[in-house]
Amino acid sequence: MPEPMTEPVPDGRESGAGGDPCDEPTAGFIDCDESIGRLYSYLDGELTEQRRIEIARHLDLCGPCVSAFGFEAELRKVIANRCKDYVPDTLIARVAEAIRSEADLRSN
Amino acid sequence: MADQADFTDLAMEHMPALYTAALRMTRNPADAEDLVQETFLKAYRSFGSFEAGTNLKAWLYRILTNTYINSYRAKKRRPEVADVEDVEDLYLYHHLGADHPGGLGRSAEEEALERFTDDDVKAAIEALPDAFRIAVLLADVEGFSYKEIAEITDVPIGTVMSRIHRGRKALQKALFEVGNARGLVGAAGEGR
Repeated sequence: MPEPMTEPVPDGRESGAGGDPCDEPTAGFIDCDESIGRLYSYLDGELTEQRRIEIARHLDLCGPCVSAFGFEAELRKVIANRCKDYVPDTLIARVAEAIRSEADLRSN
Repeated sequence: MADQADFTDLAMEHMPALYTAALRMTRNPADAEDLVQETFLKAYRSFGSFEAGTNLKAWLYRILTNTYINSYRAKKRRPEVADVEDVEDLYLYHHLGADHPGGLGRSAEEEALERFTDDDVKAAIEALPDAFRIAVLLADVEGFSYKEIAEITDVPIGTVMSRIHRGRKALQKALFEVGNARGLVGAAGEGR
């Protein structure tokens, strides 16, 4: 069984693994404007992991943004649910027939 | 390489989604039916070039979108408004909130959304210019990713993102105006 990593990584700055560690201290805290500015990309799951964490952290602390994000997510659902249409049976039959005659044309 | 014999089995299940998109694009049932039929025929003829195992739904949407843009839009000769106005962030949220100056719980604002009918939402989407309407439709009704939408509509991903984000805000304003016209929303906050 591998030993659990309980030791804190000493500094991280010498590790050289990925990115500039000097960016770290300022990253991670964003204001409401930035949070709302990235709302759509966040809800769409289109942010980088770093950006996503920044928003999630902001939402942990900011009630008004949680409420606004919740509303936008709900609106998205309402729009998707209100946009359903029944396909007329005649269209299904028409398309199937068109494909059949196209297939017949090709096999001859 | 896909076998044409499999086409019907694989493609027909996507018809409801394609028909809905066609209705929002053409804005009328007769044109939507023609557009769907043309899309399926073109797809059937080109099915040999579809790579089995890739995203069939996205491939069908690509044909639908191109067919719409190349024939239906051209046919209408509708002068296309190329852009939408810039609408502020959280437009609908703030405007529905203005209904109730006493301050609202989150659920009350979301409840206000329930007042919008299918026809309201469809009318608001159909009010958007083509490029924005298609981007919002593909993202919010069909659930495609930005990358998939970029491939379907043949535009860079940055353009897709901008169209979706700006189109959604314009949609919020259109929805509010539709609701306002029906007396559903806004009256209490703006009346004096």
